[in-house]
Amino acid sequence: MNQNSTPTHAIDLSAIKRDRRHRDLASEDVCLEVKNLDLYYGNKQALKRINMTIPRQRVSAFIGPSGCGKSTLLRCFNRMNDLVDGVRIDGTIELDGVNIYDRQVNVSSLRRRVGMVFQKPNPFPKSIYENVAYGLRIQGINSRRTLDEVVKKALKCAALWDEVKDRLHDNALGLSGGQQQRLVIARAIAIEPEVLLLDEPASALDPISTLKIEELIYELKDRYTIVIVTHNMQQAARVSDYTAFMYMGELVEYADTDTIFTNPRRKQTEDYITGRYG
Amino acid sequence: MQTEPMNSVEAAAEATRRQVRIASRLSAWAASGSPWVWLNAAAIATSLIAVVGLLVFIAAHGLGHFWPKAIMEAIYAQPDGTRSQIIGEFQGHEVVPAERLRGTGIMLPPEVTTAARSLIKVGNRDALGFDFRWVLDDWLVDTRYPEDLVAIERREWGNFFGYLRSVEENGTTIATGPAAWEVLQARVQRAQALAAQIRRIEKDEIGSINYRMERLRLAERRIELQGTPDVTEQADIAAERAALNSEYQNLQGRLTALHEAIARDSLTAEIMGNRSVAVPLSSVVRAYQPNAMSLFDKVGFYVSKIWEFVSAEPREANTEGGIFPAIFGTVMMVMLMSVFVTPFGVVAAVYLREYARQGPLTRLIRIAVNNLAGVPSIVYGVFGLGFFVYFLGGSIDRLFFTEALPTPTFGTSGILWASLTLAILTVPVVIVATEEGLARVPRAVREGSLALGATKAETLWRTVLPMASPAMMTGLILAVARAAGEVAPLMLVGVVKLAPSLPLDGDAPFLHLDRKFMHLGFHIYDVGFQSPNVEAARPLVYATALLLVVIIILLNLSAIAIRNRLREKYRALDH
Repeated sequence: MNQNSTPTHAIDLSAIKRDRRHRDLASEDVCLEVKNLDLYYGNKQALKRINMTIPRQRVSAFIGPSGCGKSTLLRCFNRMNDLVDGVRIDGTIELDGVNIYDRQVNVSSLRRRVGMVFQKPNPFPKSIYENVAYGLRIQGINSRRTLDEVVKKALKCAALWDEVKDRLHDNALGLSGGQQQRLVIARAIAIEPEVLLLDEPASALDPISTLKIEELIYELKDRYTIVIVTHNMQQAARVSDYTAFMYMGELVEYADTDTIFTNPRRKQTEDYITGRYG
Repeated sequence: MQTEPMNSVEAAAEATRRQVRIASRLSAWAASGSPWVWLNAAAIATSLIAVVGLLVFIAAHGLGHFWPKAIMEAIYAQPDGTRSQIIGEFQGHEVVPAERLRGTGIMLPPEVTTAARSLIKVGNRDALGFDFRWVLDDWLVDTRYPEDLVAIERREWGNFFGYLRSVEENGTTIATGPAAWEVLQARVQRAQALAAQIRRIEKDEIGSINYRMERLRLAERRIELQGTPDVTEQADIAAERAALNSEYQNLQGRLTALHEAIARDSLTAEIMGNRSVAVPLSSVVRAYQPNAMSLFDKVGFYVSKIWEFVSAEPREANTEGGIFPAIFGTVMMVMLMSVFVTPFGVVAAVYLREYARQGPLTRLIRIAVNNLAGVPSIVYGVFGLGFFVYFLGGSIDRLFFTEALPTPTFGTSGILWASLTLAILTVPVVIVATEEGLARVPRAVREGSLALGATKAETLWRTVLPMASPAMMTGLILAVARAAGEVAPLMLVGVVKLAPSLPLDGDAPFLHLDRKFMHLGFHIYDVGFQSPNVEAARPLVYATALLLVVIIILLNLSAIAIRNRLREKYRALDH
């Protein structure tokens, strides 16, 4: 009887940290609000009627099978989908109550507020220092002292400072994959965004680097609203406060991580998290 | 009788088996891939042999020219009993059918079918009327190489070969016999120094005065055309002109003195046929005794000749002296072309790849650009002449250089138009290479930049273009390689046989884009086919060709070095 009520899990439930149990989405401060979002690639609808809120200074994870639209949804938050030919978006996403798809919104300044880290580390072929300073230089900040300060702070924040402080002016491509990914995170937080979007940030990394990234996410949570897309449910369980399960372009279920992994309301979610999916 | 058919059947079967064995071994060999490898290796080997063979051939023919050749003296005894003295350098040797020689009037015995003959450079064109002479080897007797034979390079009339008899100063003999040689060397050096002074005054100082005079004339004409003569300005011009005139008179005076000084000395020598000839030292470039030279002397002579070849100006309708103006013109034209073609090609490629909507129209443009690279270069020459020289240049003249009309300033061929024509010729190469480079910049890097709040233009400037710069350099390398060797269009838009002045000199505004220039490729054609003395010029054709190849290689190597440094710097993400 007991075995029927709690689903058999593919993951270790102890990963869900105690302090995050029984959070309530309704009582959180809203950072991003998605309203009736539809997204089409040409004639194909990739996102269907998405409605959700992303709470401030929490970690929200999007999980779901490949091609379910979780990365597409993530890229809507900083309008990265604008770059894709033939994309049409209906509905609104509000950042602090302002629709980011409004005509008056400056995309560049939006992206300064909503930073993003990609699946594969993508440092520029420049020095470590110049990589971190890139966003500031774009904003016209070239004062040596300011840059030094910000670079140091960002690298410390991304737990990379001790490893690279002696070779700040070496080419960033000489770093290991895990270091590169932390460099990219440092680069993103150097411009002090409000939201940090992480698109499968650890999928190309080894387990130790993955662990470091997860610890980093845990530390950054106090200062940034973090949205993370991941294939790894264990990871979602470990790092997130809230989890959204998506399937075929629809948001199937969205609740606090504890609920999603222990007591999902929808059959599809349960099948997925227990590994019965497919 | 019974066994024989049996044997033949067995033999046939054995033959078949052998055939099958060979066939299977052959097919196994084919399957192993070694025929393919051999074929590839053979293709590479052939290409290498072709390239190395070409370079060695050109180098051997071109570089040998500068080595001091021995001068021989011989008696040419013809069968009819005439004996004449011949002094000169062996230039070539060939075997010809006797029939052909009989046709030119040379009497050969009827049993002779072929005859060996040599080409002798006898020099002394002023005294003999010809530089070269064919002689039949069989009739050449008593060949000697006397050490006291002197070769003299002159400013005109080609080389001089003979025995030095005496040296004169103002017509009075000051040295004769063996002592004359020492005296001659010292006096040739003095004459050389004077000639250099004369040249500097004539070319640089008087040339500069002429240039400034011409500018004054144009300024005056401009005032005249404006219709409102400004008295003070005209006075200024008159004063300046007076100053230039007095400077010119002064120089002219010095020049007269120098000419008198250089005309002081002369030498008397005995040339072939025992004729005595006087040579003024003012016309002597260098005098040497090749038969008396040690190997060390010859190497020194060789080096100085090569240095003269690359650093001096041509003499005697380009068949003597150096080719420095042609080297300078070639390099400068290529550099100007690079300055025009690189930004233009890059900007066009950026628009085509980054901004234009990819569709049938962009595809059509891309095809058109690719096809432009295949248009014959002379067509570009015709276009350059019609559009740049006549239309653009003509308009510029009418707008800005009215004072010089009807003499065209930019409305005639010049280095600017030549560079622009070649830039148009090579722009497709740069566009295609840059586009490929832009396409290779990973999407992830662009997104990384955009995600940090950079606009598309900022991303392009700060990240994409630097990463594509090695590809741009590749495009430039290909463009330079093509442009440096191009001759046909240049003949229409700016190259001349002999340019009086370089397009870059000390007269303001220093860079004279309207001037005509010399070019190595055209120089090869001119010396090889348009020169009055083709035999004398042939080695120079090879030497010039070698130099052209070397310059193109140097230009390419420097571009490749820059590209490799950029590649190292902007090494793309390796995944």
